[in-house]
Amino acid sequence: MDMLLEGFQQALTPTNLLFACVGVLLGTAVGVLPGIGPAMALALLLPVTYSVGPDSALIMFAGVYYGGMYGGSTTSILLNTPGESSSVVTALEGNKMAKRGRAAQALATAAIGSFVAGTIGTVLLWILMPRVSDVVVKLGAPSYFALMLLAFIAVTSVLGSSKLRGFIALFLGLTIGLIGTQTGQARLTFGEAKLADGIDIVVVAVAIFAIGEALWVAAHLRRKPLEIIPVGQPWMGREDWKRSWKPWLRGTAYGFPFGALPAGGAELPTFLSYITEKKLTKHPEEFGKGAIEGVAGPEAANNASAAGTMLPLLTLGLPTTATAVIMLYALQSYGIQPGPLLLENEPGLVWALLASLAIANTLLLVINLPMAPLWAKLLQIPRPQLYAGILFFATLGAYSVNFQAFDLALLLAFGALGFSMRRFGIPVLPLIVGVILGPKMEAQLTEALALSGGDVSTLWGEPVAVIVYIVIAILLTAVTLNGLRRPASAEPMTLDDEKELVER
Amino acid sequence: MNTTTPTRNEPGARPMIDKAQYGLAAFLVLVGGFVLIDALGLEEGFADQPVQPYAVPYIVGGALVLLGILLAIATARGDVPESDEGEDIDLTQGTDVRTMGMLAVVLVANLALINFLGWAITGALLFVGATRALGSRTLVRDIAVGVALSVGSWYAFYVLLGVPIPAGILDGVL
Repeated sequence: MDMLLEGFQQALTPTNLLFACVGVLLGTAVGVLPGIGPAMALALLLPVTYSVGPDSALIMFAGVYYGGMYGGSTTSILLNTPGESSSVVTALEGNKMAKRGRAAQALATAAIGSFVAGTIGTVLLWILMPRVSDVVVKLGAPSYFALMLLAFIAVTSVLGSSKLRGFIALFLGLTIGLIGTQTGQARLTFGEAKLADGIDIVVVAVAIFAIGEALWVAAHLRRKPLEIIPVGQPWMGREDWKRSWKPWLRGTAYGFPFGALPAGGAELPTFLSYITEKKLTKHPEEFGKGAIEGVAGPEAANNASAAGTMLPLLTLGLPTTATAVIMLYALQSYGIQPGPLLLENEPGLVWALLASLAIANTLLLVINLPMAPLWAKLLQIPRPQLYAGILFFATLGAYSVNFQAFDLALLLAFGALGFSMRRFGIPVLPLIVGVILGPKMEAQLTEALALSGGDVSTLWGEPVAVIVYIVIAILLTAVTLNGLRRPASAEPMTLDDEKELVER
Repeated sequence: MNTTTPTRNEPGARPMIDKAQYGLAAFLVLVGGFVLIDALGLEEGFADQPVQPYAVPYIVGGALVLLGILLAIATARGDVPESDEGEDIDLTQGTDVRTMGMLAVVLVANLALINFLGWAITGALLFVGATRALGSRTLVRDIAVGVALSVGSWYAFYVLLGVPIPAGILDGVL
């Protein structure tokens, strides 16, 4: 408790408060703007780590993360074209509400629901963080190896609709992770000295997210402007409150555990929350036409999972979202290794970060409710300038890593890869997770086998590792069964199909 | 993820084959094969290295080759990718090759010129070129914005972050 108060003290210094404000505003802006999400915004903000202290930088990054989640919902409510996969479900009911003239209420329930969920999620983090740290500190390399394997399987097979494409993305990422001389010998370096340290993940992330996206949009740019629903000050009536508070809490209950498990991601919990609200509602006739429960629940789930993601990131060093990957990288560039010892080694930093999550949440509510009409205006920014700007900052972000033209060549090559991935429907997240976790996984395997003198049975010699392998087996069985139930030529499974059913 | 893709397998419809996907499959086999060949050239690790340097590349390369073959089979059986959707994306039209080509030229020009001219100049060229390629008609305003962005970012790095971006030809001027 004392630690938490100290954390608040550190997070509430004028400088850090300023960074939190900047982060929240920036995050909301990139969340609202098409084409860039919080992960890319963080990747572009990484140069900040050159001169700003770790506490301020992380506080700002946390603000960007939460702000981005919130901004994404604004876009999907007002435009019906979700920018991030996590706000797909919000668009279902949110946009219908907006079309019926209830945009203000939809934005309000999204904002307040996000606040409620984010706050509960943050408090849960405060409670769980020290306890989980105590437990995971006892884990050895075999358990980490198993957990990373679980993260790989989870991001490739649970999320997204095509398992084959998920694994393609993962192994392309692992290939990129192989480049370099970590093992003492040059692998895949083409004899190029600049590749000896591997490819910087910032270059890969910016290329895949920003350059790939900008090129993809440029190839298919919508020539007629989208219809944006005008919006005034968000507010909610008595009835709206009554119908919103339970979905908020249920959404939080779905979101946090999914975020906290190394199986992460916000897609599944938002979808589950939507189904639940649809079943439990007293106004089933409104679903499909703009039911407020269908916005309140998924939005809460979305933000709660964002809070949950911090748990595996900080205690295990396991990122399960693209944004978390970049945060992990930022921590490492300060020489801080997230993992079981983080809380012990850097208690001040961790508690300041945890306190700042609550602050970011409050700022979001205070800033965003009155500013909603202004954010809606951001959607009207002319597209040529918007995407030219994205290309500009993406290039600057990649260049600023080493100030080498060579990185720009890599940026182009991976940008082309990012374009192709969008063309062929290959998910981006498994690739990024593969790039950052691949080398770590090899290191854990090496450590485990070095300690056991090469005896492979050490890999299942820890109880946690065994449990994780069982979970992986269950997961794979479920996925396989699900795949077998449909004829081989039919659609890829679950989420998408069911969503289409829901929409009918 | 998307919510609006029309059902692709209408009853009776001939399965559509996305031929370009064979190209992706070939790419995967090629990359996987290269990883395997590269791994063959690696030597035995140190005595204290239980995981040989070539062990993981063998797995990754082999998996890529396998995935490429699986993708080719899936493609032949009528598997069609769900292309990415988004706010500004209109998939009903074909690929706009001209815009993409112009953007690629702009990016390559930036890459080729940055060492000589420096970011403060090539950044502005990049912005103006990209807006042109994307169909902007406000040249004067774009130039003004581009110059402000590139020179502004140079000074932001120099003054706020204390990191000088190589200035190129403008060395001593900025």
